[in-house]
Amino acid sequence: MNLTVTVNGTAHTVDVEDRTLLVHLLRDQLDLTATNIGCDTTSCGACTVLLDGESVKSCTVLAASVDGRSVTTLEGLAEGERWHRVQEGFRSMHGLQCGFCTPGMVMAAVSLLDENPSPTADEVRQGLEGNLCRCTGYHNIVAAILEAAK
Amino acid sequence: MIPAPFDYVRADSYDAAAAALGEHGDEAKLLAGGQSLLPLMKLRLATPAIVVDVSRASDLSYVRDDGGVLAIGALTRHCDLARSADVTAHAPLLAHAAGSVGDPQVRHRGTIGGSVAHADPSADIPTALLALGASYVVRGPGGSREVAAADFSTGFLETVLAPDEMLVEIRLPSARGETWGYEKFTRRAIDWATVAVAVQNRGAETSVALANMGSTVLRATATEAALASGAGAADAAAHADEGAEPAGDVTASADFRRHLARVLTKRALAAAGR
Repeated sequence: MNLTVTVNGTAHTVDVEDRTLLVHLLRDQLDLTATNIGCDTTSCGACTVLLDGESVKSCTVLAASVDGRSVTTLEGLAEGERWHRVQEGFRSMHGLQCGFCTPGMVMAAVSLLDENPSPTADEVRQGLEGNLCRCTGYHNIVAAILEAAK
Repeated sequence: MIPAPFDYVRADSYDAAAAALGEHGDEAKLLAGGQSLLPLMKLRLATPAIVVDVSRASDLSYVRDDGGVLAIGALTRHCDLARSADVTAHAPLLAHAAGSVGDPQVRHRGTIGGSVAHADPSADIPTALLALGASYVVRGPGGSREVAAADFSTGFLETVLAPDEMLVEIRLPSARGETWGYEKFTRRAIDWATVAVAVQNRGAETSVALANMGSTVLRATATEAALASGAGAADAAAHADEGAEPAGDVTASADFRRHLARVLTKRALAAAGR
């Protein structure tokens, strides 16, 4: 089937199988490989992207379901040379270790701050319940998001 | 993991969905938010030939105050329920349960009707709705019928829905001003409930619903009867697992689930002021 989706501000018309998952469309057809596949079972959040501004797990969304909609991946956050404030927060607070979960963490955080611009540390931790860090580096991730919210 | 091949049909209204179901019969499966169905399809535990995507059927996404009855469109998402002023006012138990489904990403996709129709006995939404005394409006070629929450699920992931029927609306009597409690035990934050307990008071009456204590969500009838006859919360909660037949699995033994049902019922009753 053919579908048209706006990814990071650019409209793409692509031919996909009906069963194609959003994450495979992003990685394999659009070469946007910041979005990682971790657990592939809706648990780890490494594949988190924004769908019309809201966080979703792209391993559990059909590509067909985003026809006509807007997707943002980590690649689409920065404006030119200017990083998104959540990216800046992760850099300044060293919010990553191996980095595998980071794209999903950042996208989940962007959605979280959009819904709750001034979260408490506890609300950040609750808001990240869908994202796992296999390095268990949560402390600095929470600090990074609180920094971004300042 | 990739689902087995299927043909995708998009239905952006009830009428379009009904037409697709009429054309494809039991070959077709409705896809709402997909947060339960897609994982099953990826594991090839579900292999529908036709997937009818109703996630954008906006005529079935609403929360309406029907004068003492809260009417909720089947495709209303969990995140919209959790922040709905009407749901928070008339059914705070449901708003809380919706806010505790999975994680934010899941709540941005998953829907109340999808959760009810999936009929997983460990799910938050049907447990809260059972305690709230909800009913489910089912529509098909022959018209609409209303099914009580207690009569809807007939077994694990099984319901009274016929292949050409669709759950279109959830209705529940307002519980404005009434106290409630919800307690869920999970091993990890986002897990399905090992056991969960929903308590809803309405005047002197108390409803207690249990998740994952059998093949469907169910009422803790012995606890409810004990409360009705004047027993205190601690004594009543000791009967919470009576009549239930919980499964043992990798998450918990059947005996541990019975223990959890009793303990969580006591806590949920306390939260509800019993």
